[in-house]
Amino acid sequence: MPNRSFFWFFLPAGLAMILFIGLPIISTGIQSFYAQHDQILIEVKKCDPFGCKTSVVVDQEATSKIKEEKPLGKFNGFGTYIDRNHLASDQVSEFWSESKSVGEFIGKVGNLPFYKALVFTLTYCVIVTPCVLLLGFIIALSLNAISRKIRGPLIFGTILPMIVTPLVGSLVLFWMIDAEGIIGANLQILMDDPYLSVKSSKALTWITIIIYGVWHHSPFAFVVFYAALQTVPQEPLEASIIDGASRFQRVKHIVLPHIYPVVTFVALISLMDNFRVFEPIIGFSAEGSAQSLSWLIYDNLVNEEVILFGSAAATSIMTIVGISIILTPVLLRTWKEFRTNR
Amino acid sequence: MKKILVTLLFLLFGTVANADCNIKSGSINILANDFPALRTLVETAKECKGSADFKVTHSAEHNKIAVPALTANPSEFSVRVAANSSIVPLMNADLIRPMNDLVKKYGKGIQESQLITIDGKVMAVAFMANTQHLYVRTDVLEENGIAIPKTYEEVVAAAEKIRAAGKMKYPYAAAYKAGWNLAEEFVNMYIGHGGEFFKDGGAQPNINNAKGVATLNMLKKLADLSNPDYLTHDSEAIKVEWESGNVAIMTLWASRSGTLLDDEGDAKITAATKLVAPATVGGGNIPAATLWWDGFTLAKNRSDADAEASFRAMAHAASSKEMVAKAADQAVWLVEGFVPGPKSVGVIEAVKMGAKPYPMLPQMGLMHGALGSEIVEFLQGNESAEQALKDVEAAYITKAKEQGFL
Repeated sequence: MPNRSFFWFFLPAGLAMILFIGLPIISTGIQSFYAQHDQILIEVKKCDPFGCKTSVVVDQEATSKIKEEKPLGKFNGFGTYIDRNHLASDQVSEFWSESKSVGEFIGKVGNLPFYKALVFTLTYCVIVTPCVLLLGFIIALSLNAISRKIRGPLIFGTILPMIVTPLVGSLVLFWMIDAEGIIGANLQILMDDPYLSVKSSKALTWITIIIYGVWHHSPFAFVVFYAALQTVPQEPLEASIIDGASRFQRVKHIVLPHIYPVVTFVALISLMDNFRVFEPIIGFSAEGSAQSLSWLIYDNLVNEEVILFGSAAATSIMTIVGISIILTPVLLRTWKEFRTNR
Repeated sequence: MKKILVTLLFLLFGTVANADCNIKSGSINILANDFPALRTLVETAKECKGSADFKVTHSAEHNKIAVPALTANPSEFSVRVAANSSIVPLMNADLIRPMNDLVKKYGKGIQESQLITIDGKVMAVAFMANTQHLYVRTDVLEENGIAIPKTYEEVVAAAEKIRAAGKMKYPYAAAYKAGWNLAEEFVNMYIGHGGEFFKDGGAQPNINNAKGVATLNMLKKLADLSNPDYLTHDSEAIKVEWESGNVAIMTLWASRSGTLLDDEGDAKITAATKLVAPATVGGGNIPAATLWWDGFTLAKNRSDADAEASFRAMAHAASSKEMVAKAADQAVWLVEGFVPGPKSVGVIEAVKMGAKPYPMLPQMGLMHGALGSEIVEFLQGNESAEQALKDVEAAYITKAKEQGFL
């Protein structure tokens, strides 16, 4: 396609992206550098049905004056980024100097909210993405090999997890692992421990969320792989059969190289999706044991009675940076191939 | 047919008879939490809406909606039904209006004690009181020869006895869901131990001390006697546990008693359920509970006409003797003419025992938020109490700095 027509094709989508994605990101970025003004508190008499007492409130007159002058708040630079609830530079260096072993240091850092969330997010990403790719590929291969007559219903059954709303899907599993649910109760009997709780055990919660993630995302990989498998040319496959190649050899040397670009695509999308893991944490009420970066943003915005815009903005920006870092190797590789193909 | 007609006529005249507020214009849009007493109140307000436009949103997520919705100008809602804690962010951001004039003009039936005044300005009108107190199963306690517990130490002993008798696996329940609910339990228990959250009236945190440790240890003891999934259980979930007969002693909101004791569910359990005073802890004499009021506030970013219409409708409800007589068992109404019934025991005892109200401080929300996420690891057994409290203080300080309180 000539560059000119590409430009016109891309323009509407590009404009929408700038308007609805680009500008909000810039505004989020700006917001992350600001904190609230110093609160001006005054002592007043407060009365309620349970009696009167003297206590403090925010002085609205004084505050509104400052707010009018500087509506964005107090410039804080990278202050929010390096505070304890984010990168915690002071705490990390303090832990480094006072820790006797690397293990102790890691334990202490892992206790900080941002790193806690980062560890879960990365663990989830690193385990779920390959599992999704592998499972999706296996399902696609098997479905591609069976009789056409039953393929339709089977494909429908396979993509069901993707059709089910994430929250509903996670809630169903959530009730099953309840101490009195079918999985939870049976686990208690199996392990002979009446106080075993999948929901309160950190490890078991993580495993549950990861299994849920694989279950939910595999159909996507499957659909794309299945479509790609339809384009694999039959001639080389037949030739290899005549040459005596086994099924495994055929998949390894002909099918995989052919659909390789699609694998890269699915890996990219899965990585991005998994890095933003959020719904299962809400669905499983797993806030206590598993927090992700997206959950931190949500927590800052809605769970507090006071909304922490600066914190949420800083975490958002760091999530974007995180995704970019994770995607760099894959993108670099694609770019290199693109250059060599030219 | 005749019967239906009579009923219809009765209904028609019934409403006409009630609609005496004579509101001619304006629009009323209410945001409120979702429990029976609030539904009753809003229905009562609706009776006198006159020709005003009337809308209501009942949502358990009301806290998340309130500030953004009231910040808009004009704001989405003209009335926000708030409580001690949820009024604070509204005042911090200057989103609600004083209503002294309206009270003077239209608030005849409202009692002086219902007014929430800040520096003489009426910011809210309270209509009901609430607290968390104990619910016990008298049949289970009697069977095991246990007296009704008065302190949390007795609660622990009683629950252990019931468990040892093989009666119930998880005899105790409280809303320990990580986040707001868990933090609320800490606040109650810490106040029960006589703790203060901030250093001498300032915003510096003050919970990493012996009282804080004692609070956490008591929470842990109670958690060990609860369903192991306690970190995911909110008030609604433990209510279900109670109705299934899995629990013998429970700490729950007074406002939830209405649906707990309704005709649905096992009649035997309902009959044996008794509402008693909140417990004390650690030898203290004030209960490990906080007093709450629920009241209505008026949005600032809304026209005066809307505010007036809203106030008149809400004031009608907040002073309706009929309503409190009809819905006497739904809440502890602060409205004149309320006769406390057996379901009011918890709140009345709490007041008698000198329970403290939930601290209405600008920075309390940040402390509450920090507590909700940082004490979880202690309960899971991954962290010491001192470390957990240190984490709470550190998380709070960071947030308070960002918000300009420190």
